[in-house]
Order: sequence, then C-alpha cells, then structure tokens
Amino acid sequence: MKSSVIIFPGSNCDRDMDVALKKFGFKNTMVWHNDLSIPKSDLIVLPGGFSYGDYLRCGSIASKSKIIKSVIDFANSGGLVLGICNGFQILTETGLLPGILQQNKYLNFICKNVFVKIKNKKNKYFKGIKKDILELHIAHNEGNFFCTKNELKILEDNDQIAVTYCNSEGLENEENNPNGAIKNIAGIFNKNNNVLGMMPHPERMIDQYLSGEDGSLFFENLLGNLR
Amino acid sequence: MTKVNEAVAIDHGLKKEEFSKICDLLKRTPNLTELAIFSAMWNEHCSYKSSRKHLKKLHTKGKQVIQGPGENAGVIDIGDDDAIVFKIESHNHPSFIEPYQGAATGVGGIMRDVFTMGARPIANLNSIHFGSPQHKKTKNLLRGVVKGIGGYGNCIGVPTIAGQTTFDDSYNGNILVNAMTLGLVNKNKIFYSKAVGLDKPVIYVGSKTGRDGIHGASMASATFDDKIEEKKPTVQVGDPFTEKLLLEACLELMNDSSIIAIQDMGAAGLTSSSVEMASKGNLGIELDLTKVPCREKNMTPYEIMLSESQERMLIILENGKEDQAKKIFDKWNLDFAVIGKTTNSKKIKLIFNDTNVAEIPINLLAEKAPEYDRKWKKTKLPQKIKFNKDDFKTLSLSDCLKKILSNPNISEKKWIWDQYDHTVMGDTIQKPGGDAGVIRVHGTKKAVAASVDSSASYCYSHPLSGGKQVVCESWRNLISVGAKPIAITNCLNFGNPEKEKNMGEFVECVEGITEASKYLNFPVVSGNVSFYNETKDKGIKPTPAIGGVGLIKDYKNMLSMEFKSIGNIVYIIGKTEGHLDQSIFAKDILNEKKGPPPSINLFNEKNIGETILSLIQKKLVVSCHDISLGGILTAVSKMCIKGNKGIKINKLKGLTNKYEYFFGEDQARYVVEINSDNIQSVVEILKKNSIHFDDFGIIQDKTVSFDSDINLPIEELSDVHKYWLREYMNN
Repeated sequence: MKSSVIIFPGSNCDRDMDVALKKFGFKNTMVWHNDLSIPKSDLIVLPGGFSYGDYLRCGSIASKSKIIKSVIDFANSGGLVLGICNGFQILTETGLLPGILQQNKYLNFICKNVFVKIKNKKNKYFKGIKKDILELHIAHNEGNFFCTKNELKILEDNDQIAVTYCNSEGLENEENNPNGAIKNIAGIFNKNNNVLGMMPHPERMIDQYLSGEDGSLFFENLLGNLR
Repeated sequence: MTKVNEAVAIDHGLKKEEFSKICDLLKRTPNLTELAIFSAMWNEHCSYKSSRKHLKKLHTKGKQVIQGPGENAGVIDIGDDDAIVFKIESHNHPSFIEPYQGAATGVGGIMRDVFTMGARPIANLNSIHFGSPQHKKTKNLLRGVVKGIGGYGNCIGVPTIAGQTTFDDSYNGNILVNAMTLGLVNKNKIFYSKAVGLDKPVIYVGSKTGRDGIHGASMASATFDDKIEEKKPTVQVGDPFTEKLLLEACLELMNDSSIIAIQDMGAAGLTSSSVEMASKGNLGIELDLTKVPCREKNMTPYEIMLSESQERMLIILENGKEDQAKKIFDKWNLDFAVIGKTTNSKKIKLIFNDTNVAEIPINLLAEKAPEYDRKWKKTKLPQKIKFNKDDFKTLSLSDCLKKILSNPNISEKKWIWDQYDHTVMGDTIQKPGGDAGVIRVHGTKKAVAASVDSSASYCYSHPLSGGKQVVCESWRNLISVGAKPIAITNCLNFGNPEKEKNMGEFVECVEGITEASKYLNFPVVSGNVSFYNETKDKGIKPTPAIGGVGLIKDYKNMLSMEFKSIGNIVYIIGKTEGHLDQSIFAKDILNEKKGPPPSINLFNEKNIGETILSLIQKKLVVSCHDISLGGILTAVSKMCIKGNKGIKINKLKGLTNKYEYFFGEDQARYVVEINSDNIQSVVEILKKNSIHFDDFGIIQDKTVSFDSDINLPIEELSDVHKYWLREYMNN
C-alpha cells in the first residue's frame, strides 16, 4: 500500500507519521507543499504541526497552498485522506470537513494521553478494529471542535462523528473533555467516510516504550482494510 | 550623529575607565557606531569580564568530550559516530520584563546554538525560578514564562522532556529562565564558528533585521531599578515558525561541504557573530550594511549592528557556492544576502551607503576586552543548628509529610509540563516528572537522559558545598534512570559581581562545581554566566543550574521511579545521619532557615552511584529514585504516588530520631525497589562495595503505613501533592 505525507512549512509531525506508516508496511512518500501533484497513493496524510506558523488561523494558509487542490481532488474521487491535529484543522479550512477548531477551553496548550470512543466502524479506518476505546495522545492549543447546530445535526444523522473524548470506561462527559469540544468530538468524517480528521496523534502511540500502543492498532487495522 | 564622549559611553553601559581604555587602544575617540560595538562586546554578557578568570578553572576535559566550552555549544561522543550537542543558557532579564517573549526567545536562542553546529535538536529542558507565590507578580510571570517556553518549543516540534521550577523570595525582583537544548549530530559533520580563508563570502540568512532587542546584551549586564518598563523595547520578539524554517534550511545546506563557518546571531546580534567568527579565525571581516535585509525603513548602521532580532544566522561560504545555497533558502522562503567578505586586515570594517562607518581591530573587541580580577569574600560554613528534639514531640509525622508534599518546591508540576509538547518526534521514553527525561537516539538502541538541577538554598548557605551538591544531584538523577553520566552544561546565575559577597558566591560555587565534576569525571562542556540578577540592591540567591547528560546503551534498560509490584522490598541505599539544617523540613515545619547545607562526600557519591548503576544494568532493581529535597519519606511517597502503590515501612533501628531520619537531606542516597528473589544478590554487591543500606519496607496496596504514626491512603497523598500548583494557577 502506498501513502503520501504532505509537508507544509511548519509541519512538525511529518517525520513521526513517516516512521509510523513505514513501520506498519506502507510505502510512504513525502510530498512538498509547493508541488502540484501527488504520487499515486492509497492514503494521503496531512500531518500535525504549525503549517505556515498557524498565522491568520490554524490551517487556513495551508488550505490555500499549491498542493491542496490535488488533495481535494483525491478526496472527492473517494481517496482516503487522514488529517491529524493541524491536518484536521487544514481539512476544516478546505471545506472537506465541516466545523472549526477553536482555542482550547482553558486557553492552554495540552499535551497528554486521552481516551477516545470509536463511534462509527463502518469505514476503512476503523472497520474490524478490536477495541471500542483507544488510548491516544493529544498535543494542541486549538482542538476545541465547534460547528453550527445544523452542521452537528448533519454529522449525527449521517454517522460522521468518528471519535469522542471519554474516560477509560467510555464515559463521555465534561470531565473527560480536554478542550471543550462540542459533544466531546475528537474526530469527524466527511459524508462518504473517506476523509477523517482527528486531534489525537496515533503516530505517537506505536510502541510499548512510548505513551502506549493503541496507535499501532489503528495503523495495522487501516492497512488491513486497504489490502 | 551624536558626538561621543564619556557621558555617552556611560549611557552605553561602559565604565569611565573602559571608555578611556577604548580611546587609548584606538588612539582616537570612536564614533557612535564604533562605541556601540565596543559596548556590545565589552559588556559582561559577551565578554565574561568578571567571570573569565574563574571559568578557566572548570574541569572541561574527558574521553568523551569532542568540544568543550568556547563554541556555540559543547559536544560529547556517544559512540557509533553519534554525538550529542548541548548547552544551557539564561534569558533572565528579558523574561522578567516581558515573560512570554523573554522565555520564548530564550528557547529559540539555545536551539539555534545547537543547530548551528549541524545538530538536529532532539530535546529541550528548562530551569525556571520565581519569587514567592504570594508576591503579586509571580503568577503572571509563571504563566507567561510557561506559555513562552511552550509556544516556541511546541511550534518547532522539539519535545520538552524535563525541567525544574522553584519559588523563593530572592527571585521576587529577578526571575530566572534557563533553557537547555540537546541535539544529535554525526561526529564527523560538526560545524564550527571559526572563519577560515580570505575573500570568502559572508552570508546573512533568516529573518530580516528590525529594531527589536537593541541593547539587549547591555540590559542583561545591568541591575534593575524602578524603570524596567522602559526597557521593554530591549526584549526581542520571537517567531518560532521562521526558526523552524531556518533549522530545516541550515540542516539542508549542511548536507554538503559549502559551509566554512556558521554562527547564530544571538546576544549583540550581527556585532558579536561577525567579530567572533573573525576573531577565532584570526582574520578581518568587511560588511556592507546596506545589503543587510531590514524589516524597517531607514535603519542606521548603529541599529543594524545592535539589533537582536531573532532567527538570523551568519555563514561563511566556500566561493562559488552562493547560488546553490541561495536556492535552499529560497525554497524555505528565507532571506539570503551576501553582505561581506573575509579579509586579511584583522579589522572589522563596516560600509554603509558607500561610506566607511566603522573600522576597529578585531583583537580590541575580543582579546583586549577587559578582564577583571574582582574582589570576593569567602563564605564561612554556618554553625550547625542544635534542634531541640523535644519540640518534635508536638508534631505529627503524617501532617509534616502532607505539608512537605504540597510545598511549592516539592509539589507536582503537571500544570506546567502539560503545556509543553513532550512527545513530538516519537522518541520520548521518560516524560517530565521523573528523575530525568529520556529520549531514544532515533533508529538506534541507545537513549540519552538529561536533567537540570539547582539548589539555591544550599548555595546561599555555603557556596562551596552548594556547588558540589548540584553536580552530585545531576549525577544521581541520571543514574536513577539507568544512564551513565557523561558531561554537564552550567548556567551560572548570580547577583552583582561588583559586590564582594556576590562575587564570592560565584567563585566558590565554581570551585565546588569544579571539584565535584573532576572527581566524578563529569566535565563541563558548555555554559553561560548571568550576573546582575539584582533589583534595587536586592540580589538573588546564587543559583548555578546544572544540566547533566548521560547515556543508556540499550533503552530497554531504562528505569523509572514509580513503584512497580506489591510484595517487592524497598531499600534505602547510603547512610542517613539526619541532616536537617537547610532542609525543607527545617524551613517549612520548624521555620529555621539557618545552618549549613548537607556535606558532600565525593567518594561516597561515586562509589554508591556506580554501584547503583551496576545494579540497574544487572536488572537487580526495578525502580530507583534519588533522595533530595524533603528527604526519604518525600522520595518514597513520590514513588508510591506515581506507581499508585502503598508501602509498609519497617520499624527504625537504633536511636535515630524519626524526623531526622525521614526528612533529613543527607546526600548520596537512593531508594530502590527489589524483587525478593534478588535481595541476596543485591546485598552481596552492596557489602562488597562497603555501602550502607537500610531495609526500609515492603510495597503494599495503596496505603503508606509506619508504626502507629502514619496510615495514609495513596489517594490522599496524591491529592496534596498534585493540588497546590493547579489550584494556585486557577485562582
């Protein structure tokens, strides 16, 4: 399986994502933001970081970069696009995903492990995954997902909510919501479930010596579903 | 242009005698730009004029040292052609004036020092010190500094893996912000700042030059008064995004052999970088300031030379490589300008609008800079306090423990490190909150441990012992995670060197550091001195911060401090005499601030440290933690809290007073957890090395118990330990 990771100036999880994808068997290519096309891929990843310094609004300048048209075309033709953290912010700025990511409720950057509940397994990302609750890692200042009532209704009606913050038992409440996101939302799909944006970083949870191993589960499962 | 005279020179921070020395050396009066250059190079921050004499005594050599002090950062060999580049640096004065930008640019500056040498930064650490929690400025300063450190490091994508935060009245008017960075480099591809060869192009890369930070280095070389608000413009403004681009562009250019020398523009900006490169190469340098990319219009040569705008580098390239190099910087959208060349004049010559605006022999700015042998006063070892043990009878062990665990200097600092990205780069295997941060050397079995320590109360009470103690504590922290200590970097934060007492504190702390680092074979490879941490005559306690770096050959052997399994045996390694003077217990419970710090026995430190390391390598212990502030009971409680386990503490043998035993801060001690199957092997090794140990207790489920004195659920201890900082910041 082939993957491509887009590098924007200011991306800083690009290498981590490259390491993770290769570890689980993807043949990964790094693609520069000023390129016009992306090599043939089964998966495109927009990595975390501070693209273009996150100036103006997180992800907004990246959503106007040269490469982004190819990403949008790929997504619209049904290709898998995964945006992690800043990548999620970019996806909302391009319009591929609804809503926005505001500053965290308590106004601080947060770096810690969190639990998320998988809300929809009828897609390439989570189909057949062995757990319902994953322990992943977040590191962001703007992860507070927000959308209009109407958008939220559409997300819920179409089963587009991918993962929500919860505790180890799956309880989704305010105490287990690290950033104030509406409905504890940590990640969402587009209508066709081929575009996934989420704040947690599975690429930081890929061996027992790091924060945990549920990231491995995510990548192994994704690769299995693509084969 | 202003006419230069003595008054103008004094305004620039120069002393009367220094100004007349300049005129003598030049055989004329300098013009204003030249005066500015002198003032930038001759100030304390750049010239080390008060400290140089004493810094020469530091122990700086060792088998693994590739580069000692004198370069942008120190370099040590960690085997297989891998080398670690590291340094700690202060950004105290700017952080007090403007905490966010001051701290942020401190982090940016130290990272540039590291990647200037060709290393990719792989970890950040910091040592930050604030005034009393009750002081009106403390909360905002802490908030701003933490946000600044996070704002910069998080954006670049380098994990912040460890740190230290303390509170003390003596920092009320002068906070300390020390930032440390480690980088990884191939030992055959290290870049230095020494210019070589004539007529080589001098290149300016990075951000444009603005009017920020002018006189920054002079500001950092003076004490504060009531007018510090007016000094805000001397604080630089950071842009981590540009630094990230600069980092990637520099590392890309370093892939081939086009760079002869490279130096970041830190304190005193273009002035110190150009002078240092020429000075090290024994060459001259000629710069056309009209070619310097400027952010603002009509900047004068004076402003251009003194600006401390961030994210800029000066590079000396091989001839003919300019176009190729420019392509890389264009790709990263950074300025690239050929602004001059190396010459054989041994002078710095500045041209602006085709006019010669300054010409100074380089040696007058470097070797001829003043060096002072300042007067200093020895600090006598204070008399030991005779504690009245009858007073202890009214105390409760449980209450004392809870009070100490929630002491601002002991309590958990999660509120801080949650704001630092400590996991980016995917190699952090020990996060903040342990004895040392540990990161893997990417793609290898190796890991590097790093910690930063200081003990201002000990140093204030007796600088010589304090200096030794900090080095030993750094060594112990590295050993506790299973790392072999290799080398240190030091950030020497002191008061006014023109005062005999402060100068004495400096001299004796350096002496202590030297003695310990020599004995432990733990050399100093880089560092920085920050004097004049004084406001309206009130100086800080002497605060040398020591950043230690060690190596774990196989990261699977790394150890962490949390207790692992119920039923395991806990030993205290090293002898406890019960030294209470200067302890948290004495200060917090007995309100006794006098007395000498615990004494240091370097033989014991080395013997016990090396033995602990061999126990860890033989996998005979499963957790380890050094005993420092707060003594045994504090150390053990932290291990309980982190592991969510309890302990049943054995009855004390002999006549030891329990308060002295549990809270004394004797040195060279560790807590270890041992599986009962391994007790015999551990005891044999300890006896063979003549090391004292106490069979302290056995790990049990969720309660700390001792005789009828203590019976505390872990949850309660955990709450008091975690509560203080969070509540303080949220209220």
